[in-house]
Amino acid sequence: MKHCDNFVVSEKKFLNSSFFKLKLKSKKTLPEINPGQFVEVQVNSDSKVLLRRPISINDVDSQTNEISLIIQTVGQGTKELAKISEGEEVSLIYPLGNGFKLEGESPILVGGGVGIAPLLYLAKQFHAKGIKPNVLLGFRSKDQIIPLEEFEKYSNLYISTQDGSIGEKGLVTENKIFSASHDVIYTCGPTPMMKAISDYSLKNNIKCYASLENKMACGIGACLCCVQNTTEGHKCTCTEGPVFNVKDIIW
Amino acid sequence: MEKLKIQIGNLEFQNPVMTASGTFGFGLEYEDFFDVQKLGAIIVKGTTGEKREGNPAPRMCETPMGMINAVGLQNKGVDYFCENTYHQIKHYKNNVIVNVSGSSIEEYVKVAEKINELEHIPAIELNISCPNVKKGGMGFGTDTKMAFEVVDAVRKIYKKHLIVKLSPNVTSIAEIAKAVESAGADSVSMINTVLGMAIDAEKRKPLLSTITAGLSGPAIKPIGLRCVYQTSKAIKIPIIGLGGITNATDAIEYILAGASAIQIGTQNFVNPSVGLEVIEGMKEYLDRHNISHIWDIKGII
Repeated sequence: MKHCDNFVVSEKKFLNSSFFKLKLKSKKTLPEINPGQFVEVQVNSDSKVLLRRPISINDVDSQTNEISLIIQTVGQGTKELAKISEGEEVSLIYPLGNGFKLEGESPILVGGGVGIAPLLYLAKQFHAKGIKPNVLLGFRSKDQIIPLEEFEKYSNLYISTQDGSIGEKGLVTENKIFSASHDVIYTCGPTPMMKAISDYSLKNNIKCYASLENKMACGIGACLCCVQNTTEGHKCTCTEGPVFNVKDIIW
Repeated sequence: MEKLKIQIGNLEFQNPVMTASGTFGFGLEYEDFFDVQKLGAIIVKGTTGEKREGNPAPRMCETPMGMINAVGLQNKGVDYFCENTYHQIKHYKNNVIVNVSGSSIEEYVKVAEKINELEHIPAIELNISCPNVKKGGMGFGTDTKMAFEVVDAVRKIYKKHLIVKLSPNVTSIAEIAKAVESAGADSVSMINTVLGMAIDAEKRKPLLSTITAGLSGPAIKPIGLRCVYQTSKAIKIPIIGLGGITNATDAIEYILAGASAIQIGTQNFVNPSVGLEVIEGMKEYLDRHNISHIWDIKGII
């Protein structure tokens, strides 16, 4: 069941020059939320943008009824969200999309850019099942790194940076841990990264799921704007995704 | 809610608020948010003779107070609708109207004939104004002769209420409206999206796969109001107004311009229960102004 409710911003902090985290508290008991699901968020006050912005769920606290989002300021909509203060309200349509299914015994979660956000909640779910997953995160450089204590708590964490300023130098697909033995790969991040990971998984016959970030309007399967081309034709990223088995994706 | 009850042709509506085709799925997508049977009508996604994949991505971009879409009538085809989706929504007590699209007169006729057989579909909205398909679509809606021919052909075989959805991408929408009225349409709905374009200057590329596509949202409300106003002076059949309605005030403006009823489109994406809010807001407006029926202010401008 989908909901449309106001949430109070209970915490807001900048994580680096362009990423910020919003903790949003519901007045109601949160429904069950799967890792990889997302919300459609709207600034309640006067806004220059029309549509809601789809943002993946970074973490859920069912004790306090809080959802965390990590947002990158890219355009007007996310800039407005970055100006919001603690105590203000935002409207969310949630929880949306299919989310990740927990599979395998030795998974690796590979994220790049703001695509790292949904992997935290996924790592946490694996951890709760008694599996400490490998998590590999890619950044351009040290300046882009965000606080990673939460990831360290629930996973074995590995870092790649393009300039080698922290972690291994190079792309995530060049990191030693990436080609270690895993039975399933989960990925979210820039398309070229996910495509390279998809190619690797198909070549090595490893199950692989990618969470896509197609441009989206409604988020609930009504407008058909966010489709992804797949082996079975166009599929809505919002309702039939955002998580796809990479063998079905036509990039 | 007697104040909002209306009749258009032979069709009764509990209120004049409908949801526009392509913005409300089949109603099912919105059931989590409110009782969709409270709407005057639900106009379901455009249906064609065969399954269509629609246009490639990217299909959508946001522009100032609007969005441009290039979906291109993606749908599962009329047979799938009749055999599957119809059975999921036929119990709705309000009017469920099917938007009928095609690339040829034969296709429009074929779809209309099949929908005519469905007991719980009391009307179709003939879409002769989709800007996002290569063949047909808007072509039929921008030429008076072609508009007449397609409506005339459908009228001959379609026995129930026939709405024709018109394009604003013409020199005179009133002339097109007159042509479809003379071909036997029971009512017209206007406006479909406005042909537009968006460019990424940094990448020096268009933002949509089709380059030009359909603009909707608050940005087009003044165009919609103007079209309804001009057409209401030119034809006798009722007009269902749409284009950029986000709240009850916008809806009232359309009624004042001459519309008998209204549709809400893009705003369904922003506020999924906007339909219900507009119904309540229109009633509040009539109460506040001591107006006994919504049509008492219809076309008074």
